Amino acid sequence: MRISGVSYIVKQGFKNIAHNKWFSLASVATITACIFLFGIFYSIVANFGHIVKSAEEGVAVTVFFEEGTTQEAMDNAGKLIEARPEVARIEFISAEQAWEDFKEQYFKDSANLAEGFEADNPLAHSANYEVYLKDVEDQSQLVEYIKGLDGVRKVNQSEAAATTLSTFNLLIGYVSAAIIVVLLLVSVFLISNTIAVGIEVRKEEIGIMKLIGAKDAVVRAPFLIEGMLIGLAGSVIPLVILYFGYREVISYVLSRFRPLQDFLKFLPAEQVFLTLVPVSLALGLGIGLLGSYITVRKHLKV
Amino acid sequence: MIDLENVSKSYSKGQPAVKHVNLHIGRGEFVFVVGNSGSGKSTLIKLLLKELDPTEGIIRINGKDIGTLKHRQIPKYRRELGVVFQDFRLLKDRSVYENVAFAQRVTEVPNRIIKERVPEVLSMVGLAEKYKAYPHELSGGEQQRVAIARALVNRPALLLADEPTGNLDPKTSFEIIGLLDKINTYGTTVLVVTHNKDIVNAMKKRVIAIRQGIIVSDMQEGEYLYED
Repeated sequence: MRISGVSYIVKQGFKNIAHNKWFSLASVATITACIFLFGIFYSIVANFGHIVKSAEEGVAVTVFFEEGTTQEAMDNAGKLIEARPEVARIEFISAEQAWEDFKEQYFKDSANLAEGFEADNPLAHSANYEVYLKDVEDQSQLVEYIKGLDGVRKVNQSEAAATTLSTFNLLIGYVSAAIIVVLLLVSVFLISNTIAVGIEVRKEEIGIMKLIGAKDAVVRAPFLIEGMLIGLAGSVIPLVILYFGYREVISYVLSRFRPLQDFLKFLPAEQVFLTLVPVSLALGLGIGLLGSYITVRKHLKV
Repeated sequence: MIDLENVSKSYSKGQPAVKHVNLHIGRGEFVFVVGNSGSGKSTLIKLLLKELDPTEGIIRINGKDIGTLKHRQIPKYRRELGVVFQDFRLLKDRSVYENVAFAQRVTEVPNRIIKERVPEVLSMVGLAEKYKAYPHELSGGEQQRVAIARALVNRPALLLADEPTGNLDPKTSFEIIGLLDKINTYGTTVLVVTHNKDIVNAMKKRVIAIRQGIIVSDMQEGEYLYED
C-alpha cells in the first residue's frame, strides 16, 4: 500500500473517532478503568510478591544436633542439606557464635550481666545450621528430609507465617485476574459496539467505496485504526495516572505505617512500570484491535 | 465491451428480475436502457457492477467473464467502471474537490496524480470554480456533475448511469445528458438507465427496452420512439 493510502486510512481512523465522539469516549473510559485496575492489582501483586520474597529470605529452618555429635558428622549433614534442590543457602552457627549472637541481642546494653556465663557456654549444644529456602512452599518436605538425617535433634520452622503469606498473595492474584478478565470482556464488547455504530453511520460512504473499487483492506482499516486508537488512549491515560499516583501512595503508606517500614519493602516505580507499561499498551491495543476486528468481520462483509 | 449471454437473475422470492437476456454493446457506444420501475433495469446495472451474480448465463466485460472473478479481484474490476446514481450519493461532509478525490484516495492513487487529475475532471464537468463548495451549497444539477466527475476521475472505460436525471428538472436533465454525451465522444462507453421519454426521444441513440425482465426491443439510433 502506498504512503498516501496509509496516511488517508489513518486520517479516516481519527475522523471516525471525531464523528463518533460519545461512543469513543465511553470506550476509552472503559478501557481506562480496566487498565487502571489492572495497574493497581499488578502493583499490589508485584509489591506483595516482593514483600513476601523479602520476608521469605528471612524465614529459615534451624537444624539442631544431638549432644555429642562430632563436627565431622555435622559437616556431613550440612553438605547433604545444601545439596537439596529446595535450599538457597545454609549457614553454620557454632555454639560460640550462637552465644555471641545471643549476647549481642539480649545483653547489648548490660554486657556485664553476661560475663558470669563466659566460662561455661550455656548454649554449648546449640551448634546449628540455618537453612534458607528458595521457596517457602517446599519447607515441609525439606523439614521431613532433615529430620531423617543422623544426629539431628530438632528442626525449628516457621511454617504458618510463610504459607499464610504465599496463600494471601495467590488469593490477590486470582481475585484480580478474575476482575480483570470481566473488565476485558466488557471493554471488547463496548469497543465492538462503538465500531458498529461507526459502521452504521458511514454505511453510505462504505457502499460508495465498494462501488468505486476500494479494496477490502482499505474499507476495513479505518475501523481497525479507530479501535486501536481508542485502545491506545485507554492505556496511556491510566498509565500516566498510575505513574504519579504510585509514588504518592507509597510515600503515604510508608509515613502512615512507620513501624512497619522494615517489613514493607516496596518496589521502585521504575521497576513496576518496566513491566506495566508494555503489558498495558499491548492490552489496550489488543482490546481495541480485537473489539473492532470482531465487528468489522461481522458487519463489513465487503 | 459488454456481452450478456442468456443471463437470468431470480431473487429468492417471486418472479425472476431478468430473463434470458442476450445483449452486445460495443466499445464507444451510447445506449439507453428504458423500462418501467420493476422492469429489471436496476438489476441489470447491479449485475454489471457485480453487486449481484446471475442465476444463469455469462456476463463478459472487455471479453472477461466476470463470473470467474474471485472476491479479491472485484475491486480492481470495478475500477474499470464509473457509476452515477439518481440520488448522487455524495459525501455531505466533504467539499466538491474531496468528493472527487475520494474515488482516487480509496483506490490508493498517489497524491501527485490526485492533484493533477481532480481539477482536470472538475473543469470538464464545468465545476472548476466550485471545488471548495459542499454538496448542500450546490443545485441538484451541480451535485450530479460532481458525481459524474467522481465516476470519471479514474478514467473508466465504461460509465453506468442509473436514472441520472431522476431528481432533476427538465432543463438540468438535458444538461446532464449533454455532459454524458460529451464524455461519450471522448471514447467512454456510456450506458444510461432511464424512463425519461423526452430525453430518450430527443437524443436519438440506441435504445434497449426492457419489460418484466425481458428485452422487448433493441433499436439503433433514432429508430425508437418512447411512448407510454
